[in-house]
Amino acid sequence: MSAAIETQGLGKRYGRRRWALDGCTLTIPEGRVVALVGPNGAGKTTLLHLAAGLLEPTTGSIDVLGQSPATDPAQLARVGFVAQDAPAYARMTVAQHLRMGESLNPNWDGELAGKRIEQLGLDPGQRAGSLSGGQRAQLALSLAVAKRPELLLLDEPLASLDPLARRDFLRVLMEVVAERGVSVVLSSHLVTDLERVCDHLVVLVGSHVQLAGDVTELLGAHRRISGPRRDPATLPAAMDVIEASHTERQSTLLVRTDETVLDPSWSVAPVALDDLVIAYMGRRDGAAPAPHALEVVQ
Amino acid sequence: MIRVAWMQLRTQALVVFGALAGLAVVLALTGPHLAHLYDTTVASCASHGTCDTAGDLFLRHDTQLRGLLSILTWVVPVVLGVFWGAPLVARELESGTFRLAWTQSVTRTHWLVTKLALGALATMAAAGLVSLAVTWWASPFDRLTLDRFSPDVFSERGIVAVGYAAFAFTLGVAAGVVIRRTLPAMAVTLVGFVAVRQMFATWVRPLLLAPSHLHVTLGGGTPVGFGKSDSGPFTLWPEPPNLPNAWVYTTRIVDDHGRELTSQALSRACPTLTDLGPRPPTAGGARAVAPAPQQVANALHDCVTKLAASYHEVVTYQPAGRYWTFQWYELAIFLAVATALAGFSVWWVRRRLV
Repeated sequence: MSAAIETQGLGKRYGRRRWALDGCTLTIPEGRVVALVGPNGAGKTTLLHLAAGLLEPTTGSIDVLGQSPATDPAQLARVGFVAQDAPAYARMTVAQHLRMGESLNPNWDGELAGKRIEQLGLDPGQRAGSLSGGQRAQLALSLAVAKRPELLLLDEPLASLDPLARRDFLRVLMEVVAERGVSVVLSSHLVTDLERVCDHLVVLVGSHVQLAGDVTELLGAHRRISGPRRDPATLPAAMDVIEASHTERQSTLLVRTDETVLDPSWSVAPVALDDLVIAYMGRRDGAAPAPHALEVVQ
Repeated sequence: MIRVAWMQLRTQALVVFGALAGLAVVLALTGPHLAHLYDTTVASCASHGTCDTAGDLFLRHDTQLRGLLSILTWVVPVVLGVFWGAPLVARELESGTFRLAWTQSVTRTHWLVTKLALGALATMAAAGLVSLAVTWWASPFDRLTLDRFSPDVFSERGIVAVGYAAFAFTLGVAAGVVIRRTLPAMAVTLVGFVAVRQMFATWVRPLLLAPSHLHVTLGGGTPVGFGKSDSGPFTLWPEPPNLPNAWVYTTRIVDDHGRELTSQALSRACPTLTDLGPRPPTAGGARAVAPAPQQVANALHDCVTKLAASYHEVVTYQPAGRYWTFQWYELAIFLAVATALAGFSVWWVRRRLV
């Protein structure tokens, strides 16, 4: 299976000093719904803009669907992009946006776009400037989907939406994924937003990739163990401690291990996805991530 | 892409060209009347011997409309540059819509070139139509004043306005892509255009073609004045010969070797004249021409006759026949600069906005 996005030592610097993304080596397989998670300013938007061809790398390389991004119209046609806050031309109507999409995209599915606008209850004659945030996000998604891309990139699509609009947005997105089998990468600073829909996870912290892999495998490889207080350094070598918290008597650790925890003094519990993500986010100030955390588990 | 570019320009274009249609109606209603008036008064004045008064009377017609048209020919290119050119990319960058536009299946080069071409064409068409209409409407005045090369008249007639429009528009686009914000880009466009157009008319236009020289006998035909500027020495001021529609740079008094008449040579040759002197300058006037009392007039006449033996006048000028050459040159230069600015904008959007 080829990669939806493949990066090698990818870095992007703004101005002279600020690295928004640094040494990012990552493979995102095709046919997945990928959650790109990290705190604000972690480099999620930069990574998506690099993939959409809006930015060019300062260092390293990025291939999207096997090619450099945005090199020619054919490559542009393969990638749908919805930018943060779903920008739209305030003075153009919904219908004019669809006409724009039709004129600019060779694979345009006008029927789908029209149907979606109708289902959403958007007035084609309404100017985009007077749409609500949720309606604008839906319009932007419709434009990106009707382009019939192979890969859909969504930058914080849920951030400005209320819970109801979030649910609608994700429902529509899942319909599209089911119908067309597109790969999707969507970013958020909260994994709980995406938990129900994603099957692949990338955690970006402080312009570095902290964790990447298949959600099921990641959950299977991590355990929360608790037991009598002890120094994490005395644990077996096969256990990688991601997060540790101690009370006077007890230690609670989040560990990554491929082996079963046999020590009877520990009670072992599975980890929830959001806890896992938060644990990795917490490692931003710690030592450099262990090498295997950078590798993609497939 | 053309459809999209047109869709985004359409409303504004309709407003502008609608206003121009209104202007055309006004000119079409008043123009024929002016032409008729010219034919019946100025053109036939020689047979009645009333040319001075006929001309003066004719020039008093439609002064307000003429002033308005003069402003309009100035304003149309720069307003379109400011309101169409500057926001073309800057507003997309400001509002984030470039992320929508540049992720459709059209490269951003194609996107920008199309928008640039359409906007530039619309701007050039608007300015060109205004200039055409004004040139036609004002032709009776121009036939009377015979001064087509005077800086303002030259810029407000013919084809140069098309070049100004292309320049103003592309300057706006270039300022927008570099500054990335609409309002500052608009301000830069306004100031930049006004400065460049003014400087071009003052300093560059006279250099476009090497001027011709005309040698005339001193005092032979045109009167010679006498006076001084501020505290400078006395000099003779020859009036240029009557060259209709020509552009006279200077009229100098030189000897056979081309040396100019100095004030020392003047006082040596005409002591009576310099002793008499002209009347002192009137208050506030930088120059005072002696409105000669009889004595001075006689002395001046004697002086000119005496000097004519060794001195003559040299008129440095552009003949009237070069008018269209100048128009084409200026148009070509402004179009070349506009092309360079457009190329720069495309380069910047491709290479620097990443």
